Amino acid sequence: MQLFPCPFCGPRNESEFHFGGDAGNLRPEGFRDVTDGQWTAYLHERNNLRGPANEIWMHMTCGEVFSMERDTVHHGVAQAIALANGGGDDGMAH
Amino acid sequence: MTRRYSAVSLFKEGLNAQKGWQKAWRSPEPKPRYDILIIGGGGHGLATAYYLAKNHNIRNIAVIERGWLGGGNTGRNTTVVRSNYFFPESTALYEMALRLYETLGRDLNYNIMLSQRGIITLAHSEAEMEMAARTVNAMQINGTDAELFDVDDVRGVLPLINLSPEARYPVFGGVWQGRAGTARHDAVAWGYARAADRLGVDIIQSCEVGEFLVEGGRCRGVKTSRGEIRADRVAMVVAGNSSHLAAKAGFRLPITSYALQACVSEPIKPALDTVVLSPATGTYASQSDKGELVIGGGLDRVPSYGQRGNLPVLEHVVSGLLEMFPSFRQLRLMRQWAGIVDVTPDSSPILGESPLPGLFMNCGWGTGGFKAIPAGGTLLAHLLATGKHHDVSRPFDLDRFARGRLIDEAAGSGIAH
Ligand SMILES: Cc1cc2nc3c(=O)[nH]c(=O)nc-3n(C[C@H](O)[C@H](O)[C@H](O)COP(=O)(O)OP(=O)(O)OC[C@H]3O[C@@H](n4cnc5c(N)ncnc54)[C@H](O)[C@@H]3O)c2cc1C
Ligand SMILES: [Zn+2]
Repeated sequence: MQLFPCPFCGPRNESEFHFGGDAGNLRPEGFRDVTDGQWTAYLHERNNLRGPANEIWMHMTCGEVFSMERDTVHHGVAQAIALANGGGDDGMAH
Repeated sequence: MTRRYSAVSLFKEGLNAQKGWQKAWRSPEPKPRYDILIIGGGGHGLATAYYLAKNHNIRNIAVIERGWLGGGNTGRNTTVVRSNYFFPESTALYEMALRLYETLGRDLNYNIMLSQRGIITLAHSEAEMEMAARTVNAMQINGTDAELFDVDDVRGVLPLINLSPEARYPVFGGVWQGRAGTARHDAVAWGYARAADRLGVDIIQSCEVGEFLVEGGRCRGVKTSRGEIRADRVAMVVAGNSSHLAAKAGFRLPITSYALQACVSEPIKPALDTVVLSPATGTYASQSDKGELVIGGGLDRVPSYGQRGNLPVLEHVVSGLLEMFPSFRQLRLMRQWAGIVDVTPDSSPILGESPLPGLFMNCGWGTGGFKAIPAGGTLLAHLLATGKHHDVSRPFDLDRFARGRLIDEAAGSGIAH
Protein backbone atom coordinates (compact mmCIF):
# COMPACT_ATOMS: atom_id res chain seq x y z
CA MET A 1 0.00 0.00 0.00
CA GLN A 2 1.48 3.37 -1.02
CA LEU A 3 1.07 6.59 0.95
CA PHE A 4 0.48 9.82 -0.99
CA PRO A 5 1.08 13.19 0.67
CA CYS A 6 -2.06 15.33 0.89
CA PRO A 7 -0.89 18.94 1.44
CA PHE A 8 -3.76 19.38 3.92
CA CYS A 9 -3.87 16.00 5.76
CA GLY A 10 -0.35 14.64 5.32
CA PRO A 11 0.49 11.08 4.21
CA ARG A 12 -2.62 9.00 3.49
CA ASN A 13 -3.50 5.70 1.87
CA GLU A 14 -3.37 5.70 -1.96
CA SER A 15 -6.93 4.41 -2.19
CA GLU A 16 -8.19 7.77 -0.81
CA PHE A 17 -6.90 9.65 -3.88
CA HIS A 18 -8.35 10.33 -7.31
CA PHE A 19 -6.23 10.99 -10.40
CA GLY A 20 -7.16 14.24 -12.15
CA GLY A 21 -4.95 14.31 -15.25
CA ASP A 22 -1.96 16.30 -16.47
CA ALA A 23 -1.04 19.46 -14.61
CA GLY A 24 -1.26 22.52 -16.87
CA ASN A 25 -3.98 21.12 -19.17
CA LEU A 26 -5.88 24.39 -19.36
CA ARG A 27 -9.33 24.69 -20.89
CA PRO A 28 -8.98 26.56 -24.20
CA GLU A 29 -10.77 29.89 -23.94
CA GLY A 30 -12.66 31.79 -26.64
CA PHE A 31 -15.64 29.83 -27.91
CA ARG A 32 -15.34 30.71 -31.62
CA ASP A 33 -11.57 30.55 -31.83
CA VAL A 34 -11.09 27.06 -30.39
CA THR A 35 -10.31 24.62 -33.20
CA ASP A 36 -11.34 20.95 -33.24
CA GLY A 37 -7.69 20.09 -32.73
CA GLN A 38 -7.31 22.26 -29.62
CA TRP A 39 -10.52 20.92 -28.18
CA THR A 40 -9.47 17.30 -28.84
CA ALA A 41 -6.10 17.93 -27.24
CA TYR A 42 -7.71 19.41 -24.14
CA LEU A 43 -10.40 16.74 -23.76
CA HIS A 44 -8.58 13.59 -24.79
CA GLU A 45 -4.84 13.78 -25.45
CA ARG A 46 -2.55 13.01 -22.52
CA ASN A 47 1.17 13.34 -21.82
CA ASN A 48 1.15 9.88 -20.19
CA LEU A 49 4.84 10.16 -19.39
CA ARG A 50 7.06 7.20 -18.53
CA GLY A 51 9.17 8.56 -15.65
CA PRO A 52 8.80 11.91 -13.83
CA ALA A 53 5.37 13.49 -14.37
CA ASN A 54 3.47 16.47 -12.97
CA GLU A 55 -0.16 15.57 -12.31
CA ILE A 56 -3.33 16.84 -10.64
CA TRP A 57 -4.72 14.71 -7.80
CA MET A 58 -7.61 15.02 -5.39
CA HIS A 59 -7.66 13.74 -1.84
CA MET A 60 -11.26 12.54 -1.80
CA THR A 61 -11.43 12.36 2.00
CA CYS A 62 -10.91 16.10 2.52
CA GLY A 63 -11.52 17.42 -1.00
CA GLU A 64 -8.05 18.99 -1.39
CA VAL A 65 -6.92 19.34 -5.02
CA PHE A 66 -3.17 19.53 -5.52
CA SER A 67 -0.39 18.97 -8.02
CA MET A 68 1.98 16.09 -7.43
CA GLU A 69 5.33 15.31 -9.02
CA ARG A 70 5.50 11.56 -9.26
CA ASP A 71 7.63 9.04 -11.11
CA THR A 72 5.27 6.76 -13.03
CA VAL A 73 7.79 3.90 -13.14
CA HIS A 74 8.95 3.55 -9.52
CA HIS A 75 6.11 5.60 -7.97
CA GLY A 76 8.40 7.85 -5.90
CA VAL A 77 6.79 11.21 -5.05
CA ALA A 78 9.01 14.31 -5.34
CA GLN A 79 6.53 16.92 -4.12
CA ALA A 80 2.89 17.75 -3.62
CA ILE A 81 1.69 21.36 -3.79
CA ALA A 82 -1.75 22.69 -2.86
CA LEU A 83 -3.49 24.51 -5.70
CA ALA A 84 -5.73 26.57 -3.42
CA ASN A 85 -4.55 30.08 -2.38
CA GLY A 86 -2.28 30.47 -5.40
CA GLY A 87 -0.03 27.51 -4.58
CA GLY A 88 1.97 25.95 -7.39
CA ASP A 89 3.34 27.67 -10.46
CA ASP A 90 1.77 25.57 -13.18
CA GLY A 91 -1.00 28.00 -14.01
CA MET A 92 -3.67 25.84 -12.41
CA ALA A 93 -4.07 28.04 -9.32
CA HIS A 94 -7.30 29.97 -8.96
CA MET B 1 11.44 -25.63 -44.79
CA THR B 2 9.54 -25.63 -41.53
CA ARG B 3 8.30 -28.98 -40.46
CA ARG B 4 4.54 -29.43 -40.29
CA TYR B 5 3.16 -30.50 -36.95
CA SER B 6 0.87 -33.53 -37.07
CA ALA B 7 -0.13 -36.56 -35.02
CA VAL B 8 2.43 -38.56 -37.00
CA SER B 9 5.27 -36.10 -36.34
CA LEU B 10 4.41 -36.07 -32.62
CA PHE B 11 4.41 -39.86 -32.50
CA LYS B 12 7.71 -40.15 -34.38
CA GLU B 13 9.44 -37.63 -32.10
CA GLY B 14 8.08 -39.52 -29.10
CA LEU B 15 9.99 -42.57 -30.31
CA ASN B 16 13.03 -40.41 -31.12
CA ALA B 17 13.33 -38.85 -27.60
CA GLN B 18 12.04 -35.52 -29.05
CA LYS B 19 15.44 -34.88 -30.69
CA GLY B 20 14.30 -34.06 -34.22
CA TRP B 21 12.40 -30.81 -33.65
CA GLN B 22 13.77 -27.71 -35.38
CA LYS B 23 13.58 -24.07 -34.33
CA ALA B 24 10.11 -22.68 -34.97
CA TRP B 25 11.43 -19.43 -36.50
CA ARG B 26 14.78 -18.00 -37.69
CA SER B 27 16.76 -15.20 -35.99
CA PRO B 28 17.95 -13.19 -39.00
CA GLU B 29 20.16 -10.09 -39.01
CA PRO B 30 18.11 -6.95 -39.76
CA LYS B 31 18.30 -5.81 -43.40
CA PRO B 32 18.84 -2.08 -44.09
CA ARG B 33 15.41 -1.74 -45.68
CA TYR B 34 12.01 -3.42 -45.82
CA ASP B 35 8.72 -2.69 -47.55
CA ILE B 36 6.96 -2.72 -44.21
CA LEU B 37 8.32 -2.62 -40.67
CA ILE B 38 6.30 -3.55 -37.62
CA ILE B 39 7.43 -2.38 -34.18
CA GLY B 40 6.36 -4.80 -31.45
CA GLY B 41 6.41 -8.59 -31.48
CA GLY B 42 3.27 -9.18 -29.44
CA GLY B 43 0.23 -10.97 -30.78
CA HIS B 44 -1.03 -7.99 -32.80
CA GLY B 45 2.37 -7.24 -34.40
CA LEU B 46 3.02 -10.86 -35.34
CA ALA B 47 -0.53 -11.36 -36.65
CA THR B 48 -0.14 -8.21 -38.77
CA ALA B 49 3.01 -9.61 -40.36
CA TYR B 50 1.36 -12.98 -40.99
CA TYR B 51 -1.72 -11.50 -42.68
CA LEU B 52 0.39 -9.07 -44.74
CA ALA B 53 2.24 -12.05 -46.15
CA LYS B 54 -0.74 -14.37 -46.44
CA ASN B 55 -3.58 -12.05 -47.50
CA HIS B 56 -1.60 -9.40 -49.40
CA ASN B 57 1.45 -11.34 -50.57
CA ILE B 58 3.88 -8.75 -49.18
CA ARG B 59 6.93 -10.69 -48.00
CA ASN B 60 9.70 -8.12 -47.45
CA ILE B 61 8.62 -7.38 -43.89
CA ALA B 62 10.27 -7.27 -40.46
CA VAL B 63 8.85 -7.42 -36.96
CA ILE B 64 11.13 -5.72 -34.41
CA GLU B 65 10.80 -6.69 -30.77
CA ARG B 66 12.86 -5.15 -27.98
CA GLY B 67 12.49 -8.18 -25.73
CA TRP B 68 11.24 -11.60 -26.71
CA LEU B 69 8.17 -12.68 -28.68
CA GLY B 70 4.97 -12.43 -26.68
CA GLY B 71 6.86 -11.12 -23.63
CA GLY B 72 4.53 -8.12 -23.37
CA ASN B 73 0.84 -8.24 -22.56
CA THR B 74 0.26 -11.13 -24.92
CA GLY B 75 2.14 -13.35 -22.48
CA ARG B 76 0.60 -11.76 -19.38
CA ASN B 77 -3.13 -11.87 -19.95
CA THR B 78 -5.82 -14.15 -18.58
CA THR B 79 -6.55 -15.65 -22.02
CA VAL B 80 -10.28 -14.88 -22.24
CA VAL B 81 -11.73 -14.62 -25.76
CA ARG B 82 -15.29 -13.42 -26.41
CA SER B 83 -17.31 -10.98 -28.51
CA ASN B 84 -20.03 -9.91 -26.05
CA TYR B 85 -19.75 -6.17 -26.64
CA PHE B 86 -22.54 -3.64 -26.87
CA PHE B 87 -22.07 -1.44 -29.94
CA PRO B 88 -22.36 -2.71 -33.55
CA GLU B 89 -18.86 -1.39 -34.37
CA SER B 90 -17.37 -3.38 -31.48
CA THR B 91 -19.27 -6.56 -32.23
CA ALA B 92 -18.10 -6.43 -35.84
CA LEU B 93 -14.50 -6.15 -34.63
CA TYR B 94 -14.49 -8.74 -31.84
CA GLU B 95 -16.74 -11.15 -33.71
CA MET B 96 -14.34 -11.05 -36.67
CA ALA B 97 -11.59 -12.01 -34.21
CA LEU B 98 -13.57 -14.82 -32.56
CA ARG B 99 -14.46 -16.31 -35.95
CA LEU B 100 -10.81 -16.26 -37.01
CA TYR B 101 -9.84 -17.83 -33.67
CA GLU B 102 -12.27 -20.67 -34.35
CA THR B 103 -10.15 -21.87 -37.29
CA LEU B 104 -6.77 -20.42 -36.30
CA GLY B 105 -5.22 -23.68 -35.09
CA ARG B 106 -5.69 -25.25 -38.52
CA ASP B 107 -4.76 -22.06 -40.35
CA LEU B 108 -1.42 -21.77 -38.50
CA ASN B 109 -0.77 -25.52 -38.07
CA TYR B 110 -0.30 -24.72 -34.39
CA ASN B 111 -2.44 -25.81 -31.46
CA ILE B 112 -3.66 -22.60 -29.80
CA MET B 113 -5.76 -24.65 -27.35
CA LEU B 114 -8.98 -22.73 -28.04
CA SER B 115 -11.61 -23.86 -25.56
CA GLN B 116 -15.09 -22.44 -26.16
CA ARG B 117 -16.35 -23.12 -22.67
CA GLY B 118 -18.69 -20.10 -22.49
CA ILE B 119 -18.68 -16.96 -20.35
CA ILE B 120 -21.29 -15.90 -17.80
CA THR B 121 -21.40 -12.21 -16.85
CA LEU B 122 -23.36 -12.10 -13.61
CA ALA B 123 -26.18 -9.72 -12.66
CA HIS B 124 -26.61 -9.05 -8.94
CA SER B 125 -29.89 -7.08 -8.74
CA GLU B 126 -33.17 -6.58 -10.58
CA ALA B 127 -31.76 -3.43 -12.15
CA GLU B 128 -28.68 -5.32 -13.35
CA MET B 129 -30.98 -8.00 -14.81
CA GLU B 130 -32.69 -5.32 -16.89
CA MET B 131 -29.31 -4.15 -18.15
CA ALA B 132 -28.40 -7.78 -18.87
CA ALA B 133 -31.56 -8.18 -20.99
CA ARG B 134 -30.63 -5.02 -22.87
CA THR B 135 -27.11 -6.35 -23.48
CA VAL B 136 -28.43 -9.70 -24.72
CA ASN B 137 -30.81 -7.94 -27.11
CA ALA B 138 -28.00 -5.76 -28.44
CA MET B 139 -25.71 -8.74 -28.95
CA GLN B 140 -28.37 -10.73 -30.78
CA ILE B 141 -29.28 -7.77 -33.01
CA ASN B 142 -25.58 -7.27 -33.77
CA GLY B 143 -25.34 -10.88 -34.88
CA THR B 144 -23.45 -12.70 -32.16
CA ASP B 145 -24.64 -15.39 -29.77
CA ALA B 146 -26.13 -14.42 -26.40
CA GLU B 147 -28.66 -15.76 -23.90
CA LEU B 148 -30.24 -14.32 -20.79
CA PHE B 149 -29.67 -16.68 -17.86
CA ASP B 150 -31.79 -16.89 -14.71
CA VAL B 151 -30.55 -18.23 -11.36
CA ASP B 152 -31.21 -21.86 -12.30
CA ASP B 153 -29.27 -21.47 -15.52
CA VAL B 154 -26.39 -19.97 -13.53
CA ARG B 155 -26.49 -22.93 -11.12
CA GLY B 156 -26.18 -25.22 -14.15
CA VAL B 157 -22.86 -23.71 -15.29
CA LEU B 158 -21.47 -22.67 -11.86
CA PRO B 159 -22.28 -25.45 -9.37
CA LEU B 160 -19.88 -24.05 -6.75
CA ILE B 161 -21.11 -20.46 -6.68
CA ASN B 162 -22.88 -19.10 -3.60
CA LEU B 163 -26.48 -18.56 -4.74
CA SER B 164 -27.88 -17.77 -1.29
CA PRO B 165 -30.22 -14.74 -1.30
CA GLU B 166 -28.27 -13.64 1.79
CA ALA B 167 -25.01 -13.40 -0.17
CA ARG B 168 -23.28 -10.02 -0.09
CA TYR B 169 -23.91 -9.87 -3.87
CA PRO B 170 -26.90 -12.15 -4.49
CA VAL B 171 -27.02 -13.61 -8.02
CA PHE B 172 -30.12 -12.83 -10.09
CA GLY B 173 -28.91 -14.23 -13.43
CA GLY B 174 -26.60 -13.03 -16.15
CA VAL B 175 -25.52 -12.77 -19.78
CA TRP B 176 -24.27 -16.00 -21.34
CA GLN B 177 -22.11 -16.21 -24.45
CA GLY B 178 -21.54 -19.86 -25.29
CA ARG B 179 -18.90 -19.37 -28.02
CA ALA B 180 -16.63 -17.41 -25.69
CA GLY B 181 -13.82 -19.16 -23.83
CA THR B 182 -10.05 -19.20 -23.53
CA ALA B 183 -7.02 -19.84 -25.75
CA ARG B 184 -3.38 -20.46 -24.89
CA HIS B 185 -1.82 -16.97 -25.10
CA ASP B 186 1.81 -17.96 -25.75
CA ALA B 187 0.68 -20.37 -28.44
CA VAL B 188 -1.11 -17.55 -30.27
CA ALA B 189 2.11 -15.51 -30.41
CA TRP B 190 4.29 -18.50 -31.26
CA GLY B 191 1.85 -19.84 -33.85
CA TYR B 192 1.73 -16.51 -35.69
CA ALA B 193 5.52 -16.14 -35.43
CA ARG B 194 6.18 -19.57 -36.90
CA ALA B 195 3.65 -19.13 -39.70
CA ALA B 196 4.94 -15.61 -40.55
CA ASP B 197 8.55 -16.81 -40.54
CA ARG B 198 7.58 -19.60 -42.94
CA LEU B 199 6.22 -16.96 -45.33
CA GLY B 200 9.55 -15.09 -45.23
CA VAL B 201 8.94 -12.47 -42.54
CA ASP B 202 12.09 -11.46 -40.59
CA ILE B 203 11.44 -11.58 -36.86
CA ILE B 204 14.14 -9.63 -35.01
CA GLN B 205 14.22 -9.94 -31.23
CA SER B 206 16.33 -8.03 -28.66
CA CYS B 207 16.14 -4.94 -30.88
CA GLU B 208 14.64 -1.74 -29.48
CA VAL B 209 13.24 1.09 -31.58
CA GLY B 210 14.41 4.41 -30.11
CA GLU B 211 13.65 7.09 -32.70
CA PHE B 212 11.87 7.55 -36.01
CA LEU B 213 13.53 8.60 -39.26
CA VAL B 214 11.46 11.51 -40.56
CA GLU B 215 12.20 12.99 -43.98
CA GLY B 216 9.97 15.37 -45.92
CA GLY B 217 7.36 15.14 -43.18
CA ARG B 218 7.03 11.35 -43.60
CA CYS B 219 8.17 8.44 -41.52
CA ARG B 220 10.90 6.65 -43.49
CA GLY B 221 12.09 4.11 -40.95
CA VAL B 222 13.46 3.78 -37.46
CA LYS B 223 16.65 3.99 -35.43
CA THR B 224 17.14 0.85 -33.40
CA SER B 225 19.65 -0.52 -30.93
CA ARG B 226 20.97 -2.52 -33.93
CA GLY B 227 21.20 0.38 -36.37
CA GLU B 228 18.93 2.21 -38.79
CA ILE B 229 16.26 0.31 -40.65
CA ARG B 230 14.34 1.97 -43.46
CA ALA B 231 10.87 1.12 -44.66
CA ASP B 232 8.14 2.60 -46.87
CA ARG B 233 5.55 2.07 -44.16
CA VAL B 234 6.02 1.59 -40.43
CA ALA B 235 3.50 0.34 -37.87
CA MET B 236 3.74 0.71 -34.11
CA VAL B 237 2.05 -2.07 -32.17
CA VAL B 238 3.57 -1.53 -28.76
CA ALA B 239 0.93 -1.90 -26.04
CA GLY B 240 2.09 -0.23 -22.82
CA ASN B 241 4.54 2.00 -24.72
CA SER B 242 2.28 3.73 -27.21
CA SER B 243 2.42 7.22 -25.69
CA HIS B 244 6.17 6.93 -25.22
CA LEU B 245 6.84 6.10 -28.89
CA ALA B 246 4.19 8.57 -30.08
CA ALA B 247 6.09 11.34 -28.25
CA LYS B 248 9.22 10.35 -30.20
CA ALA B 249 7.20 10.66 -33.40
CA GLY B 250 5.99 14.11 -32.32
CA PHE B 251 2.36 13.59 -31.30
CA ARG B 252 0.24 12.81 -28.25
CA LEU B 253 -2.41 10.11 -27.95
CA PRO B 254 -5.67 9.88 -26.02
CA ILE B 255 -4.14 7.18 -23.84
CA THR B 256 -3.40 6.70 -20.15
CA SER B 257 -1.31 3.70 -19.08
CA TYR B 258 -2.22 1.61 -16.06
CA ALA B 259 -1.06 -1.64 -14.53
CA LEU B 260 -3.53 -4.50 -14.86
CA GLN B 261 -2.98 -7.45 -12.55
CA ALA B 262 -3.74 -11.13 -12.58
CA CYS B 263 -2.94 -14.08 -10.32
CA VAL B 264 -3.23 -17.85 -10.25
CA SER B 265 -4.05 -20.29 -7.48
CA GLU B 266 -2.38 -23.62 -6.90
CA PRO B 267 -3.65 -26.25 -9.34
CA ILE B 268 -6.73 -28.22 -8.32
CA LYS B 269 -9.06 -30.78 -9.88
CA PRO B 270 -11.58 -29.45 -12.42
CA ALA B 271 -13.93 -27.18 -10.46
CA LEU B 272 -14.88 -24.38 -12.86
CA ASP B 273 -15.53 -25.23 -16.50
CA THR B 274 -16.64 -21.85 -17.77
CA VAL B 275 -15.46 -18.24 -17.50
CA VAL B 276 -17.23 -16.27 -14.78
CA LEU B 277 -17.20 -12.47 -14.62
CA SER B 278 -18.87 -10.31 -12.01
CA PRO B 279 -18.79 -6.54 -12.59
CA ALA B 280 -20.16 -5.97 -9.07
CA THR B 281 -17.41 -7.82 -7.21
CA GLY B 282 -14.78 -6.67 -9.73
CA THR B 283 -13.58 -10.21 -10.40
CA TYR B 284 -13.38 -12.74 -13.17
CA ALA B 285 -11.95 -16.24 -13.20
CA SER B 286 -11.50 -19.40 -15.21
CA GLN B 287 -9.60 -22.63 -14.64
CA SER B 288 -6.57 -23.40 -16.78
CA ASP B 289 -5.88 -26.80 -18.29
CA LYS B 290 -3.18 -27.21 -15.63
CA GLY B 291 -5.85 -26.78 -12.94
CA GLU B 292 -4.89 -23.30 -11.69
CA LEU B 293 -7.64 -20.77 -11.17
CA VAL B 294 -6.72 -17.79 -13.34
CA ILE B 295 -8.04 -14.68 -11.62
CA GLY B 296 -8.30 -11.13 -12.91
CA GLY B 297 -10.13 -7.89 -12.23
CA GLY B 298 -10.13 -4.18 -12.89
CA LEU B 299 -7.35 -1.70 -13.56
CA ASP B 300 -5.15 -0.24 -10.86
CA ARG B 301 -6.40 3.23 -9.98
CA VAL B 302 -3.01 4.95 -10.27
CA PRO B 303 -1.61 5.56 -13.78
CA SER B 304 1.62 3.61 -13.92
CA TYR B 305 4.43 2.03 -15.91
CA GLY B 306 5.47 -0.01 -12.84
CA GLN B 307 4.91 -3.51 -14.11
CA ARG B 308 4.00 -5.15 -10.82
CA GLY B 309 0.65 -3.68 -9.76
CA ASN B 310 -0.31 -2.57 -6.28
CA LEU B 311 -2.09 -4.15 -3.38
CA PRO B 312 -5.53 -2.49 -3.00
CA VAL B 313 -6.89 -3.77 -6.31
CA LEU B 314 -5.48 -7.27 -5.81
CA GLU B 315 -7.18 -7.46 -2.41
CA HIS B 316 -10.44 -6.30 -3.93
CA VAL B 317 -10.28 -8.89 -6.71
CA VAL B 318 -9.45 -11.81 -4.45
CA SER B 319 -12.08 -10.88 -1.85
CA GLY B 320 -14.65 -10.65 -4.66
CA LEU B 321 -13.77 -14.15 -5.82
CA LEU B 322 -14.01 -15.60 -2.30
CA GLU B 323 -17.32 -13.84 -1.77
CA MET B 324 -18.73 -15.68 -4.78
CA PHE B 325 -16.95 -19.01 -4.24
CA PRO B 326 -16.53 -19.62 -0.49
CA SER B 327 -14.95 -23.02 -1.14
CA PHE B 328 -11.97 -21.34 -2.87
CA ARG B 329 -10.93 -19.85 0.50
CA GLN B 330 -8.66 -22.79 1.19
CA LEU B 331 -6.62 -22.28 -1.97
CA ARG B 332 -3.18 -20.72 -1.96
CA LEU B 333 -2.17 -18.04 -4.48
CA MET B 334 0.84 -19.15 -6.47
CA ARG B 335 1.77 -16.12 -8.54
CA GLN B 336 0.73 -12.52 -9.14
CA TRP B 337 1.89 -10.25 -11.98
CA ALA B 338 0.88 -7.17 -13.95
CA GLY B 339 1.09 -5.81 -17.46
CA ILE B 340 0.94 -2.17 -18.57
CA VAL B 341 -2.16 -1.52 -20.62
CA ASP B 342 -3.00 1.56 -22.70
CA VAL B 343 -6.47 2.83 -21.90
CA THR B 344 -8.42 5.20 -24.18
CA PRO B 345 -11.29 7.47 -23.03
CA ASP B 346 -13.89 5.18 -24.67
CA SER B 347 -12.21 1.84 -23.87
CA SER B 348 -11.95 1.07 -27.58
CA PRO B 349 -8.75 0.55 -29.59
CA ILE B 350 -7.09 2.91 -32.05
CA LEU B 351 -6.44 1.57 -35.57
CA GLY B 352 -5.30 3.82 -38.36
CA GLU B 353 -2.63 6.10 -39.77
CA SER B 354 -0.96 8.30 -37.17
CA PRO B 355 -0.49 12.08 -37.37
CA LEU B 356 2.97 11.30 -38.81
CA PRO B 357 2.31 10.16 -42.41
CA GLY B 358 3.68 6.71 -43.14
CA LEU B 359 3.40 5.64 -39.51
CA PHE B 360 0.39 3.47 -38.67
CA MET B 361 -0.98 2.45 -35.27
CA ASN B 362 -2.66 -0.49 -33.62
CA CYS B 363 -2.93 0.37 -29.92
CA GLY B 364 -5.22 1.34 -27.07
CA TRP B 365 -6.65 -2.16 -26.55
CA GLY B 366 -6.52 -1.54 -22.82
CA THR B 367 -7.53 -4.55 -20.80
CA GLY B 368 -9.01 -6.55 -23.66
CA GLY B 369 -6.85 -6.92 -26.75
CA PHE B 370 -5.90 -10.58 -26.58
CA LYS B 371 -9.30 -11.68 -27.87
CA ALA B 372 -8.87 -9.25 -30.77
CA ILE B 373 -5.47 -10.36 -32.06
CA PRO B 374 -6.62 -12.08 -35.30
CA ALA B 375 -8.80 -9.08 -36.21
CA GLY B 376 -6.22 -6.47 -35.19
CA GLY B 377 -3.67 -8.24 -37.41
CA THR B 378 -6.07 -8.59 -40.35
CA LEU B 379 -7.18 -4.96 -40.19
CA LEU B 380 -3.74 -3.40 -39.73
CA ALA B 381 -2.40 -5.56 -42.57
CA HIS B 382 -5.25 -4.25 -44.77
CA LEU B 383 -4.40 -0.66 -43.83
CA LEU B 384 -0.67 -1.12 -44.46
CA ALA B 385 -1.14 -2.95 -47.76
CA THR B 386 -3.86 -0.78 -49.29
CA GLY B 387 -3.39 2.52 -47.45
CA LYS B 388 -7.14 2.46 -46.75
CA HIS B 389 -9.36 1.41 -43.89
CA HIS B 390 -11.27 -1.86 -43.90
CA ASP B 391 -14.97 -1.22 -43.13
CA VAL B 392 -14.49 -2.81 -39.71
CA SER B 393 -11.50 -0.65 -38.70
CA ARG B 394 -12.83 2.70 -40.02
CA PRO B 395 -14.79 3.61 -36.84
CA PHE B 396 -11.66 3.00 -34.71
CA ASP B 397 -9.47 5.61 -36.45
CA LEU B 398 -7.84 8.26 -34.26
CA ASP B 399 -10.06 10.89 -35.90
CA ARG B 400 -13.04 9.68 -33.83
CA PHE B 401 -11.80 11.82 -30.94
CA ALA B 402 -11.90 14.99 -33.05
CA ARG B 403 -15.23 14.00 -34.64
CA GLY B 404 -16.81 13.13 -31.31
CA ARG B 405 -17.84 9.65 -32.49
CA LEU B 406 -16.58 7.71 -29.48
CA ILE B 407 -17.43 4.02 -29.13
CA ASP B 408 -17.85 3.95 -25.39
CA GLU B 409 -17.51 0.32 -24.38
CA ALA B 410 -16.60 1.03 -20.74
CA ALA B 411 -19.90 -0.34 -19.49
CA GLY B 412 -20.90 -2.49 -22.44
CA SER B 413 -17.91 -4.77 -22.19
CA GLY B 414 -18.04 -5.46 -18.45
CA ILE B 415 -14.85 -5.02 -16.46
CA ALA B 416 -11.32 -5.87 -17.44
CA HIS B 417 -11.22 -8.98 -19.56
C1 LIG C 1 -3.18 -9.07 -16.48
C2 LIG C 1 -3.79 -8.91 -17.85
C3 LIG C 1 -4.91 -9.65 -18.19
C4 LIG C 1 -5.48 -9.53 -19.46
N1 LIG C 1 -6.52 -10.36 -19.77
C5 LIG C 1 -7.03 -10.33 -21.03
C6 LIG C 1 -8.03 -11.28 -21.40
O1 LIG C 1 -8.41 -12.17 -20.62
N2 LIG C 1 -8.56 -11.19 -22.65
C7 LIG C 1 -8.16 -10.23 -23.54
O2 LIG C 1 -8.69 -10.17 -24.64
N3 LIG C 1 -7.16 -9.35 -23.23
C8 LIG C 1 -6.58 -9.38 -21.99
N4 LIG C 1 -5.57 -8.51 -21.65
C9 LIG C 1 -5.12 -7.51 -22.64
C10 LIG C 1 -4.19 -8.11 -23.68
O3 LIG C 1 -3.18 -8.85 -23.05
C11 LIG C 1 -3.56 -7.03 -24.55
O4 LIG C 1 -4.55 -6.13 -25.02
C12 LIG C 1 -2.88 -7.65 -25.77
O5 LIG C 1 -2.00 -8.67 -25.39
C13 LIG C 1 -2.13 -6.60 -26.55
O6 LIG C 1 -1.37 -7.24 -27.54
P1 LIG C 1 -0.26 -6.43 -28.31
O7 LIG C 1 0.33 -7.35 -29.32
O8 LIG C 1 -0.85 -5.15 -28.77
O9 LIG C 1 0.78 -6.01 -27.17
P2 LIG C 1 2.04 -6.79 -26.42
O10 LIG C 1 1.76 -8.24 -26.41
O11 LIG C 1 2.24 -6.07 -25.20
O12 LIG C 1 3.17 -6.53 -27.48
C14 LIG C 1 3.82 -5.27 -27.61
C15 LIG C 1 5.29 -5.55 -27.81
O13 LIG C 1 5.95 -4.35 -28.18
C16 LIG C 1 7.26 -4.42 -27.68
N5 LIG C 1 7.83 -3.06 -27.65
C17 LIG C 1 7.44 -2.01 -26.89
N6 LIG C 1 8.21 -0.93 -27.14
C18 LIG C 1 9.10 -1.30 -28.10
C19 LIG C 1 10.17 -0.63 -28.78
N7 LIG C 1 10.47 0.67 -28.53
N8 LIG C 1 10.89 -1.32 -29.69
C20 LIG C 1 10.60 -2.63 -29.97
N9 LIG C 1 9.61 -3.31 -29.34
C21 LIG C 1 8.87 -2.65 -28.43
C22 LIG C 1 7.07 -5.01 -26.29
O14 LIG C 1 8.26 -5.58 -25.79
C23 LIG C 1 5.97 -6.04 -26.53
O15 LIG C 1 6.45 -7.35 -26.73
C24 LIG C 1 -4.96 -8.61 -20.40
C25 LIG C 1 -3.84 -7.85 -20.06
C26 LIG C 1 -3.24 -8.01 -18.81
C27 LIG C 1 -2.01 -7.21 -18.48
ZN1 LIG D 1 -6.56 15.59 2.54
